[in-house]
Amino acid sequence: MSEYAVACHNVSKAFGSVKALRDVSITAKAGEVTAIIGDNGAGKSTLIKIVAGVEQADSGHIDLFGQQVDFTNPEEARQAGIETVYQTLGLIEDLTIWQNLFLNREIVTGFGPIQLMNKRVMRQRSHEMLTALDVHIPSVRARVRGLSGGQRQAVAISRAAGWSSRVVIMDEPTAALGVRESAKVEELIERLKDKGLAVIVISHNFDQVVRLADRVWVMRQGRVIAELSQEELDAAQMVALITGAAKGDKLNESGDLDD
Amino acid sequence: MTPKVSGSGAASAAPGPSFSLHTIAAKLRDPYFWADWTVVFALVAAVLIFTALEPGNFMTAYNVNTILTASAVPAILALGQAFVIMTAGIDLSNAAVLTLGAVTFGWFFFRGYPLIWCMISAIIVGLIAGLINGLIIAQFKINDFIVTLGMLSLAQGVALVISNAKPVQVISPVLAQFAIGKIWVIPYLMILAFVLLLVCQFFLTQTKFGTHVLATGGNTDAARAMGVRTKAIKVSVYAISGTLAGVAAIVTISRIGAAEPAVNTAFLLNSVAAVVLGGVSLFGGRGNMIGPFVGAILLTMIINGLIVAGVPQYYQFIAIGLIVMVSAVLVRSAK
Ligand SMILES: Nc1ncnc2c1ncn2[C@@H]1O[C@H](COP(=O)(O)OP(=O)(O)O)[C@@H](O)[C@H]1O
Ligand SMILES: [Mg+2]
Repeated sequence: MSEYAVACHNVSKAFGSVKALRDVSITAKAGEVTAIIGDNGAGKSTLIKIVAGVEQADSGHIDLFGQQVDFTNPEEARQAGIETVYQTLGLIEDLTIWQNLFLNREIVTGFGPIQLMNKRVMRQRSHEMLTALDVHIPSVRARVRGLSGGQRQAVAISRAAGWSSRVVIMDEPTAALGVRESAKVEELIERLKDKGLAVIVISHNFDQVVRLADRVWVMRQGRVIAELSQEELDAAQMVALITGAAKGDKLNESGDLDD
Repeated sequence: MTPKVSGSGAASAAPGPSFSLHTIAAKLRDPYFWADWTVVFALVAAVLIFTALEPGNFMTAYNVNTILTASAVPAILALGQAFVIMTAGIDLSNAAVLTLGAVTFGWFFFRGYPLIWCMISAIIVGLIAGLINGLIIAQFKINDFIVTLGMLSLAQGVALVISNAKPVQVISPVLAQFAIGKIWVIPYLMILAFVLLLVCQFFLTQTKFGTHVLATGGNTDAARAMGVRTKAIKVSVYAISGTLAGVAAIVTISRIGAAEPAVNTAFLLNSVAAVVLGGVSLFGGRGNMIGPFVGAILLTMIINGLIVAGVPQYYQFIAIGLIVMVSAVLVRSAK
């Protein structure tokens, strides 16, 4: 098996005339938190959408544990063990917690077109999924609408981690949260890492990146401009790279950005 | 409240048994519980008021039977409309599709086809009209209002062409017997509607399909991101609404003994009104089938009660209009 859980090789993607990604190559290891940082519009969300099967690359390819994969939809990525917590596409407010956790993964018993849901088992397992990550919520029967932002994110992350997933991707998981709630989500992320999952996190919060990440990829205008390992992490340096004040080690290979 | 992601976890909340006090208390605190049950309280209130106003005439076996018989078609249409509205859509074509189904029934009946084939044809026509609605809405992402408004006119026009704008008498002892048959004061037609209610409620609450309907209505993008086939769900709910309009066509024919080419648009408004009264959110994503069903009976009862109380018939439109607007405002402000 490959050293990398996820390896993107020279991935490019354009939306009309907008080149969202240009020859992007990044890697992520199992049991590590890999952060992707960059300014708005740098291409971070597009990259993870391609890994998650939501978008398809124009060129380049992605290896999952050494095997090339070619997802045409999110369901295929999920089958392969890639779960995503999206920035905006979240939970369904009017459904209960257990319904959200088991959405499109319903446990059914039955035959032919009549597939009865086994609600009791799903509630029980939902409870187990949440407690496995030490997430405490009054009842899995509660509707998501009544939950706080932190509780929602905890449910969304539990959903991503609760299946036979090997890679969990999170797009700005704490962007909408307060300091205390962010801290709890960070603890959750650590826990996923300790479980041996490959965690890929997009974040704008450099302090958070310094705390969490084992490896950081810096993107600017659709390109990867730097790869930083944990020892090299420094918030000021990251700001400089993102804004273009510092050049970035990868830039020399791929040429000038202003082409 | 924040998730306790740290600590010993001693305060874990076990998923309790279905009928614990905790569950009941939680239900009572859930605003949706009240949205779901308001219509039942309203029905009880309406019964009490009309009984008080017309002690000798309203709660008679005869009148109750009349109300329930007249409720069958609105109740069946409300079930289909409820599925559609739960996906945040609307079906404005159901009354016209009912007419198209009825006229198709009449066309085959007039040409001597067996009764069962006439009935199946009405249902198939409803199914096809619903599929067309759903496919255009889901596949081309066209506004449900426009598409089903188009279908309203289309179905009405085709019905007029097929029937030559003339009603066809449907003299069938079997259908007529079914229409007047009853168990105690409950007409067979209402029992049929009730069986359909049970089937719809079963699919909504006990199957994957039902959850996916609510998920699609609640947040289409999030549902799709989880792999829910939201397009297929949308097509299905319009197909269900059309099919039920076909069933309602058969019920209508059995009651009046004729296939009429005129569209009764009151059925359309009543189906939407019943669904809103029944606590289904017009924004989609939540509701159950019992509310709309009871809502349809309530509306029929109010119309009947006004007639029994001697209020001129035109006032029923005013009453229904006011009820729809008031209940829409109440639902809105409950949010
Ligand atoms: N679906 C889309 N259609 C057109 N342009 C898009 C689409 N998604 C992203 N883009 C463009 O691609 C670029 C990268 O966007 P994105 O990946 O969302 O960046 P980030 O997440 O780093 O802020 C931006 O210029 C954005 O406008
Ligand atoms: Mg983004």
